[in-house]
Amino acid sequence: MQRIGVFVCHCGSNIAATVDVKKVVELIKLEPGVVHAEDYQYMCSEAGQEKIAVAIREKGLTGIVVCSCSPRMHEATFRKAAEKAGINPYMVEIANIREQCSWIHKDMEEATKKAVILARAAVAKVNLNAPLKPGESLVTKRALVIGGGIAGIQTALDIADAGYEVDIVEKTPSIGGRMSQLDKTFPTLDCSACILTPKMVDAAAHEKINIYTYSEVEKVSGFVGDFTVDIRKKARYVDMDKCTGCGVCQEKCPSKKAPSEFNRGLNKRSAIYTPFAQAIPNVPVIDADYCVKLKTGKCGLCEKVCQAGAIDYTQKDEIITQKYGAIVVATGFDVIKLDKYDEYAYSQSKDVITSLELERIMNAAGPTKGHLERLSDGKAPKNIVFIQCVGSRCSDNRGKSYCSKICCMYTAKHAMLIRDKYPDVNVTVFYIDVRTPGKNFDEFYRRAVEEYGVNYIKGQVGKVLPQPDGQLLVQGVDLIDNKQIKMEADMVVLAAAIEPESSVRKIATMLTASIDTNNFLTEAHPKLRPVESPTAGVFLSGVCQGPKDIPETVAQAGAAAVKVVGLLAKDKLLTNPCTAKPDELLCNGCSTCANVCPYGAISYEDKLINDHGIRETRRVASVNSALCQGCGACTVACPSGCMDLQGFSNRQIIAEVDAICR
Amino acid sequence: MQELISRIKALLADKTVDRVLGWKAGDMPYNPEPAYFETEEDLKDFVYDGFCGANLSKYMIEASKLEGKTLVCLKPCDTYSFNQLIKEHRVDREKAYIIGVGCKGKLDIDKIKAQGIKGIKSISGAEIDGAADTLKIDTMYGEKTCSYADAMLERCHVCKGKEHMIYDEIIGESKDTADGNRFDEVAKIEAMSPEEKFAFFQKELSKCIRCNACRNVCPACSCRKCVFDSNKFDSAQKANVVSFEEKMFHIIRAFHVAGRCTDCGECSRVCPQGIPLHLFNRKFIKDINAFYGDYQAGADVDAKAPLTNFTFDDIEPGERG
Repeated sequence: MQRIGVFVCHCGSNIAATVDVKKVVELIKLEPGVVHAEDYQYMCSEAGQEKIAVAIREKGLTGIVVCSCSPRMHEATFRKAAEKAGINPYMVEIANIREQCSWIHKDMEEATKKAVILARAAVAKVNLNAPLKPGESLVTKRALVIGGGIAGIQTALDIADAGYEVDIVEKTPSIGGRMSQLDKTFPTLDCSACILTPKMVDAAAHEKINIYTYSEVEKVSGFVGDFTVDIRKKARYVDMDKCTGCGVCQEKCPSKKAPSEFNRGLNKRSAIYTPFAQAIPNVPVIDADYCVKLKTGKCGLCEKVCQAGAIDYTQKDEIITQKYGAIVVATGFDVIKLDKYDEYAYSQSKDVITSLELERIMNAAGPTKGHLERLSDGKAPKNIVFIQCVGSRCSDNRGKSYCSKICCMYTAKHAMLIRDKYPDVNVTVFYIDVRTPGKNFDEFYRRAVEEYGVNYIKGQVGKVLPQPDGQLLVQGVDLIDNKQIKMEADMVVLAAAIEPESSVRKIATMLTASIDTNNFLTEAHPKLRPVESPTAGVFLSGVCQGPKDIPETVAQAGAAAVKVVGLLAKDKLLTNPCTAKPDELLCNGCSTCANVCPYGAISYEDKLINDHGIRETRRVASVNSALCQGCGACTVACPSGCMDLQGFSNRQIIAEVDAICR
Repeated sequence: MQELISRIKALLADKTVDRVLGWKAGDMPYNPEPAYFETEEDLKDFVYDGFCGANLSKYMIEASKLEGKTLVCLKPCDTYSFNQLIKEHRVDREKAYIIGVGCKGKLDIDKIKAQGIKGIKSISGAEIDGAADTLKIDTMYGEKTCSYADAMLERCHVCKGKEHMIYDEIIGESKDTADGNRFDEVAKIEAMSPEEKFAFFQKELSKCIRCNACRNVCPACSCRKCVFDSNKFDSAQKANVVSFEEKMFHIIRAFHVAGRCTDCGECSRVCPQGIPLHLFNRKFIKDINAFYGDYQAGADVDAKAPLTNFTFDDIEPGERG
């Protein structure tokens, strides 16, 4: 039998205001194994920890239960305190009576009852705890950044500047990401490319950074400090070493029907292409879906005109396998599809566009060479209506419940730029709220209204009706004047909601990193660990974690880099001793556990087993504890119950359930 | 049957196999039982007829540990179980010589008795060769008849087909006896209200006497030590005094065999209380098919089992297939 001490924390009034801590102490003393119980105002304080140490010494405690906050907050604190006082740190269990009890209940009697039950469950578990010892694993001093937008570039630069090797994997032919598609940036209105391209060049030139463009992460195995990643380098059909980037191939290519991804499909590109002029690397790729040579075997013009002899139609996809100590996800965003918002006539009229399309139209390298014109007839628009929150802050399930955060500011930017360059154009913005929290953001928005005369209307647009003459009839409501509005527009710009890039789901699954219902990656703690995934060794940079603008993205990218550097600076990591362990006598050798193990930690061996005197060679499971992450998938899949998780054994869990149900 | 016996004799004589797993005649004309045969002399008791419903796959777990090869007679539906056991590394393919025996549907003596036929002395028409459409039953009260189809086991009415999934040779002809939809009964229960469902299972499962026959016969219940027999778990051998126990036993068992059950129907065949235990398993199979696409455990040794293999196309929690 263990000698268990129970320590009940008040957490100031966080717990004590809702839970009668004295009563918890009094009742928990009656539990089998409990030889000591006391309460204290702040158990996590020096004085509180000392109380635990004293009790261990004086009462000869072998197990500890701390009734306090979530184990994610202070489990490590109390384990260290116990270890210092001479007992195994894994003999400590936390009963979470704050997040799961006092914070969510109002009635003191009920909350106290629940706190006692939670404490009882923890005592029941500690009664079955056994000392555990962590192992060690080595750290591969190399980081992987998935995504080559501004988030990925900045993270890579910061890690590389600290002296560690970084690989960037970017699925498109060039790094640069969404920021490279933007014309100007708020709130300073400087040219996006002008501030981005130097960073792209820095990344490409950095001796510690290695960029894989036109590549995708295919497979991830391993764990923090020791990931093994397969990267698929898609066939480019152009030799990167030979190509000089002269661009002749793109001029001569006869197949010019592919929609330009970079210009959001507003114009066409050739089958062999670099997405934009400042692309890095400045080496084109051949789009196999459009290349006449690759499709029919005829043509081959680019090969003929290439002075460098860089065209290679026989190139195949290549798999590169590399080890990494840390992985940063920086996969960014895309705008949502607008097929569920047909009331805005996006699919019916060429003159209803998204804000990202407007960026391309306003950009000198865009489909209209920077002239503001209607895509339907090339005429200069006189009346432009912007509609905010298309799919953002949506209460039904057509769109997103969240605020996309950047739209208010870029719409103010677009409105201001248009009014500046074309003062005769009337600009109207329909909005729910204008949200401008950020340095110099509100001033920026006010300038749009006050200096540039942008007409802001609080209200939503119900319908955009394309008229026979090509005009757009916008029907909306002005909530402040409480009146219906009908106005004619030549162009309607939709601030479509942003959502995580579609590939993030697959990547998150490969990394076993959790994502929320909107496919944003979840952070380890929303306030205190915002750039870390709950999966150790996986870090988050940029919009993949939640909507943010460029300055926030860059700040988070730097923060993620510091976390990576902090990890890579270590030579060894302590491994979690709560790993799976098979009972060889019960093992059927069926391989179910090996099938479900996401870490490849389980193998099978033929082993001589002495089963109560019967000696026979059996196929039994064997767990590599360095690879096992203690997820427990095997323990629930095992039909014979032979697989058990140390520190969370089936028996312990049943004991907890029994204690709760008693 | 003669062709089968002479082939078995030949394989024993030339030492291709060291023993035979088949059925021997029981004390009644309708209760043959699984048996080992090692010599030509032993084979005089060998029988294979319409009453040989027992699935011999599971016996190969122990037979795989013996020296030499074991000849095992498997009906088409038994071969699914055998494949599943190969997949789980429980039997050794190299240790088995599989004769795929012909099957034209297996008989359920309870269904014959339910027709009021008692005092059975002998039955003709159940022989495997040229099986008749009608059974002629000689009883203490005179000769009675019964249609073969009416006397078939429930599982044969939803026969998986006449093909053997694995074999070394096939002797005898098989027939697909299916004349019903495998999931009709499950759909009926699904349509019940929660109260009706509870009442249905309460009624059925309360008949359970915890004889463990279903578990012992089940080829998927092949654990070295069942969780219900192991003192390592608190679920072990709880007295059958609470309704919780009988319900939980069957529900836990259904979960343990989920995704691995081939729907061989042995659980229901052997239940002395006539509990339709296969319904639990079929519910799982129906759901697996709906969520992950049609999957038949044991049809293909190399197929990835949906419950233990992740794919990116797997449905998400809350999504219905």
